[in-house]
Amino acid sequence: MYPTKYHKPAAVDAAVKALNSGDDAKFLAGGQTLLATMKQHLASPSDLVDVRGLGLSGIKKAGGVVSVGATTVHAAVASSADVHPALAKLAAGIGDPMVRNMGTIGGSIANNDPAADYPAGVLGMGATVVTNRRQIAADDYFEGLFTTALEEDEIITAVAFPQVERAGYAKFKQPASRFCLVGVFVSKSASGVRVAVTGAGSDGVFRHKGLEAALAKSWTPAAVDSVEVSEDGLLSDIHGDTAYRANLIKVLAKRAVAAS
Amino acid sequence: MTKLIMTVNGKKVSRDVPDETLLSEFLRESLRLTGTHVGCDTTQCGACVVHVNGTAVKSCSVLAVSLNGESVTTIEGLADGGQLHPMQKAFNDNHGLQCGFCTPGMIMASVDLVAKAKAAGRKLSEDDIRHGLEGNICRCTGYHNIVKAVAQAASEM
Repeated sequence: MYPTKYHKPAAVDAAVKALNSGDDAKFLAGGQTLLATMKQHLASPSDLVDVRGLGLSGIKKAGGVVSVGATTVHAAVASSADVHPALAKLAAGIGDPMVRNMGTIGGSIANNDPAADYPAGVLGMGATVVTNRRQIAADDYFEGLFTTALEEDEIITAVAFPQVERAGYAKFKQPASRFCLVGVFVSKSASGVRVAVTGAGSDGVFRHKGLEAALAKSWTPAAVDSVEVSEDGLLSDIHGDTAYRANLIKVLAKRAVAAS
Repeated sequence: MTKLIMTVNGKKVSRDVPDETLLSEFLRESLRLTGTHVGCDTTQCGACVVHVNGTAVKSCSVLAVSLNGESVTTIEGLADGGQLHPMQKAFNDNHGLQCGFCTPGMIMASVDLVAKAKAAGRKLSEDDIRHGLEGNICRCTGYHNIVKAVAQAASEM
């Protein structure tokens, strides 16, 4: 790993200041992606600003909204009785137990890996990403591969999940990395049906309008049968081509509805 | 460089370390605690698992300086004097290893797995143990004896 300077500020303002003090500074949360990337010399930040001292960890429930602090680790979400069971299941399936003890929700969605689980949960629940400056609707937050609406020195402080009537998540794991070959999160609430797909889109997580329309009519696995899932814009790699992923989207949408 | 103060296996240690030092490097190279193994160095194999404040983490994917003031337990800190920890004894009883390279990480991950289940009042099934060890890779044993060992230790811890 190339040399770097470590900072551990105790307040959000100090973290922004520390970030702006370096030529190429980066925020560090659980580090389960960033440190591995640095070891491979794919990233070499001049400074690392650890956000785990900012008091942004913990889960709060108020008025039907569950707010998950940005540095809450996956293991805490997985074992929480306050979050929707579908979200707890999603968190319980990320990586392995040791990764779940370190990795954070904020780190995951700030990185926005196209095969990560949390983008599907955040977009599929219609959550709101809360930062030190503003609130960003999930629909406006995920902009593409490893790209989000976050400004350079903007810090996620929490993710607010609204109440939903039904929700389910199903994932087909890439067996070596345990990332999603495809993952589908479905939810149904007063504001409608949402279907978010991760692992499959060449532009990262996306909503599938055809599946949403079918499930709005009938919230059953069978409703998925009649939906055309196009291969356009899907990822293709040695683990699965576009046709394979398109089929998996339907299979996993059914499983997610069945699990809801 | 940062002055790092940490409690390792119950003993307070203090060293000046470069900020980019990984916990695994700090343990092995600064403290010469070479029981913590580095296999893949990419957060996959689990040979480097240690406990930070009682919770299992992969020490190759944590910066040492981020743990200033924290408490770390390695495989060297598990036995009570000459008395093996029940998990160590169970791996021995069940021949839960062949080459032994993955064993320190397997044992540290398993101790946390059993402790968390006990704290939650849950009994670990064979399936729970297999899933609980997803982050630890053994290329020799085929895992059967490892799973037996963890089940035995779970009944003794």
